[in-house]
Amino acid sequence: MTSPIYPLTKEKESQSTWQFLMNELKPRGKWLTPFNLISIPIILVGLALIVIRFTEGLGAVSNINQEVPWGLWKGFNVVTGVAFAGGAYVLTFIVYILKVEKYHSIVRVTVLNGFLAYMFYAGALVLDLGKPWNIFNPIIGNNFGASSVLFLVAWHFLLYIIAQLIEFSPAVAEWLGARRAHKILSGLTLGAVIFGITLSTLHQSGLGALFLMASEKIHPLWYNEFIPLLFLVSSVFAGLSMVIFEGSISQRVFFRKISEKNRQARNSMVQSLSKICAFGMFAYLFMQFLVFIHGQHWDLLNTSMGYWFLLEMIGFVALPMALYFYASRTSNLTLSRVAAVITIVGIILNRLNVSIIAFRWDAAVRYVPSWMEVVVAITIILVQIWIFRWVISRMPVLDEPPKWAKNTSH
Amino acid sequence: MTIDRRKFFKSVAITGMTIIGVNATGANKKSSGDDDTEFHGILYDSSICIGCQACEKACAEAHGLPEPTAKPEVGVIRKTSENQRCVINAYETSQGEVYVRNQCMHCNEPACASACLTQAMYKTKEGPVIWREDKCMGCRYCMISCPFDVPKFEYGSTNPKIQKCDMCYDRIIKGEKPVCVETCGDALFFGTRRELVAEARRRIAEIPELYIDQIYGEHVAGGTGYLYLAPVDHKELGFDTRLQNSSYPALTKGFLYSVPSVFVLVPTLLLGIHEATKSRKSKEENHD
Ligand code: SF4
Ligand code: SF4
Repeated sequence: MTSPIYPLTKEKESQSTWQFLMNELKPRGKWLTPFNLISIPIILVGLALIVIRFTEGLGAVSNINQEVPWGLWKGFNVVTGVAFAGGAYVLTFIVYILKVEKYHSIVRVTVLNGFLAYMFYAGALVLDLGKPWNIFNPIIGNNFGASSVLFLVAWHFLLYIIAQLIEFSPAVAEWLGARRAHKILSGLTLGAVIFGITLSTLHQSGLGALFLMASEKIHPLWYNEFIPLLFLVSSVFAGLSMVIFEGSISQRVFFRKISEKNRQARNSMVQSLSKICAFGMFAYLFMQFLVFIHGQHWDLLNTSMGYWFLLEMIGFVALPMALYFYASRTSNLTLSRVAAVITIVGIILNRLNVSIIAFRWDAAVRYVPSWMEVVVAITIILVQIWIFRWVISRMPVLDEPPKWAKNTSH
Repeated sequence: MTIDRRKFFKSVAITGMTIIGVNATGANKKSSGDDDTEFHGILYDSSICIGCQACEKACAEAHGLPEPTAKPEVGVIRKTSENQRCVINAYETSQGEVYVRNQCMHCNEPACASACLTQAMYKTKEGPVIWREDKCMGCRYCMISCPFDVPKFEYGSTNPKIQKCDMCYDRIIKGEKPVCVETCGDALFFGTRRELVAEARRRIAEIPELYIDQIYGEHVAGGTGYLYLAPVDHKELGFDTRLQNSSYPALTKGFLYSVPSVFVLVPTLLLGIHEATKSRKSKEENHD
């Protein structure tokens, strides 16, 4: 991680593009870090499993069955992951629409995170498809299943990836030293942001709407007609909690890339983000409560699924909400981070509950992911972190953009 | 006592139906010529089904699937699978042993087809809900959505298919009856949905001892192409009584309808806020 702050300076421009790319692909810094030592073997096993998945069929690695056709890859990598990528649309809203400047220094890294996350969710989706070569059917050709929620979600995924690419593209242009392109791309930012936020509200809720037709298959404590709204609201604090969590890690790992000024700003940001999370969670809890009252499921609370539900609501929403409130009042950074971690666990619980655990809770044979599914799910995340790290140590994401880009960047 | 009565009527019905059945098929041909947009379906009469599995075997043969070996057995619920598109199960009821067939219901408003993002699952104008291999991408959202858990996926294959009953669509467009109906004596009856309902009502009215006064499929899930007559309450026959009577795709309508308005309202709102904050900011800067 000892890259120069401006990777491409004048004299480098004389290099050929090829040399430049080869150079940039080489690893920087030490190889034998603990993270590498753990992640490389997992990734290798994961890649081998992916090969098996395509040569032997889904059943060879995955435990999904006829009653529970969506397993860990859909429920965790896609449905849960997208919630965490929600930070990108919330932050672009705060920075570009509300123009709260103090968050500017973290907007890029969040957008990068969101972009990579979506790329890899798309990857997880392809792994999970039985006939991935037909994936373009709903996009080109006359196979529009326009009445399908999944059709909508798929399209929004695709468009949102493009919108995020545009939002992030100025950083790429700065890395390559492409000034003309930088100017044009920066001009597109606002449009991409508005488009991106709109798409996000729709597909965050859309992921919940996917389960609307499974009305008898999902346990009544989790199924209700408001799943889309609950998914949308929870994506706000899910995303921001991820921003807080990810920030506390990159602050350590990429310490040198963050200027002293930004480091100070980051701490005050955590405080106000905590406040937003707390209010978001309050609204969410209140909605959950209304939905619960409306559903009249009092009797179900005194069952094992009921305790599980209460654990999710009290232990992983109400508790971190209180912690966030307290942390923002006392500006206690550590407490905010603890709250963020609990919230993240809670969101994982919630999404897995809707998509897997409470799905077919009454089935004779419960779905339990195989170790191979778990390894592949982790591989996807690890590869994403690798690429994230590669980009961070090369492009001006955490550090300040080069001076020439200052006047054009928002 | 009642069981004996029931057995008696059952045999009467079987012989009687053979004659009526011929007439009914004749009428069927005429009307389908007049109006080919009407959905076709199958009436399954569990009161007279003898559980011989002839339809199961014919189905397997017609669709190149392995011949089923297991027999219907009380207490064992066989399920349709990637190797079997229809099954007959036996239930011990207050009226003795009763057989129930299980396969795709060919819903009037199929959840599977509205879920499918490539229109691979498709409600044909003739009535059968079919699956089209060249369009499917194997996302299995149809399986998530079908309230009857019908579509089955070939997890063991690298080019997996979705297996489910397609009411022998290829035969129907040629003017033939589905193989199961062709094979079965009287427990399966093919026709337009309207004819099926009329026929079912007629059977109930004619021999009320043999049937409960309900046609399963008339309303469930918004109405299905498969209709069931039964001698006992559906609860005793393993039907999922939690299923709603209104259409399943309607559950997503609210969300889908809100999409266009979100696309208009949200960007407008965002632009509005953007403009508002911009002017506020420039004012602040002026003050500085
Ligand atoms: S029973 Fe299931 S698979 Fe058959 S048409 Fe209805 S929704 Fe589709
Ligand atoms: S698995 Fe195939 S038929 Fe089923 S919803 Fe997906 S694309 Fe459609």
